[in-house]
Amino acid sequence: MRVILSLLNVETADTTLSHAAYDSKVEGNIIFTRLDAAINWMRKNSLWPMPMGLACCAIELMATGSSRFDISRFGAEVMRFSPRQADVMIVSGTVTYKMALAVRRIWEQMPEPKWCIAMGACASSGGMYRSYAVLQGIDRLLPVDVYISGCPPRPEALLEGLMKLQRIIEGEKPIEDQIAEIRQAQV
Amino acid sequence: MSADVDASKLRKEFGRTKVREMREFRGEHTVVVKLEALKEILVYCHQDLGYDFLLDVSSVDNMGEDPRFEIVYELATTDDRKHLRVKAPVAEDEEVPTAVDLWKTANWHEREVYDMMGLRFTGHPNLKRILMWEGYPYHPLRKEFPLAGKPSEMPDVAFSGVAPLEGGPFVTSAGTDRVGGEPRAKGES
Repeated sequence: MRVILSLLNVETADTTLSHAAYDSKVEGNIIFTRLDAAINWMRKNSLWPMPMGLACCAIELMATGSSRFDISRFGAEVMRFSPRQADVMIVSGTVTYKMALAVRRIWEQMPEPKWCIAMGACASSGGMYRSYAVLQGIDRLLPVDVYISGCPPRPEALLEGLMKLQRIIEGEKPIEDQIAEIRQAQV
Repeated sequence: MSADVDASKLRKEFGRTKVREMREFRGEHTVVVKLEALKEILVYCHQDLGYDFLLDVSSVDNMGEDPRFEIVYELATTDDRKHLRVKAPVAEDEEVPTAVDLWKTANWHEREVYDMMGLRFTGHPNLKRILMWEGYPYHPLRKEFPLAGKPSEMPDVAFSGVAPLEGGPFVTSAGTDRVGGEPRAKGES
């Protein structure tokens, strides 16, 4: 983190760039990169999940969090039970109509940037519950970035989904997006 | 003392008009009683026959028959010596006397029957929905309610929609033969 911060200082003050690059005290501690890439790198490696465990998929989610499968290898071990501290909501399980609006409310309480993983058949499409009581896929209520098949998916599948999400985050343009958002707010 | 002895005791105590039918099937004993006599028969089962454990209260919708519904009590003892099923037919405009004063567990069972089937219980202390939300307009286990569900909307509480039963994955197709309509035959499993 210290490296990146010093990098930010360097980028804002162009005149010091040439000196800093040949300064023997800091040489070797500096990486040149784009600000977007740095932000994406930080975001994708510290995804804090909101574990929306609603059925048996949550058991696999717990297994993914524990030592054998070890989701912390991807920086996503910090399960946050407060939506205000979470980055990615993992909807793991059957979303009933009775629960649906509560899930959406928790989603709305999560601060941007946020992502959503629909884990398993039920969260993706209602699964085997073609019935009056089950929402036919959480994507009817909130935007889903990654769908994971399986009933329930194995922990490896969840990790694969998480890595897919990391790849999605790599391709985002946080600075451009923020500028666009500010412009839109001004209009 | 077993359930068949109890069944004949009930017949002797209440007579043929109140205890209308006694059945045995694979060692399970069922008595069918008149709804008007249901409460006193349940009281008798609880006080005199020693059925201190209510396993379940459920209901059956025999649509097209009169009376349309049937309420079913599964009585047992805590030492599991005997098991008696008590049934009573219920017409659409009739109410069932509550059993909460006999077995406290009847409270939630009766709420479930009310929620899913729409039977009402007189004297129930808290007769509101238990599975669906308060204000949901249907009783989903009734025969006229479609399996796919019906749309309903209660802003800020809950909503429901229709599930796609036709053409969806892992759904048995109608109209074809039984094997050809299976998800396996369509390459979906």
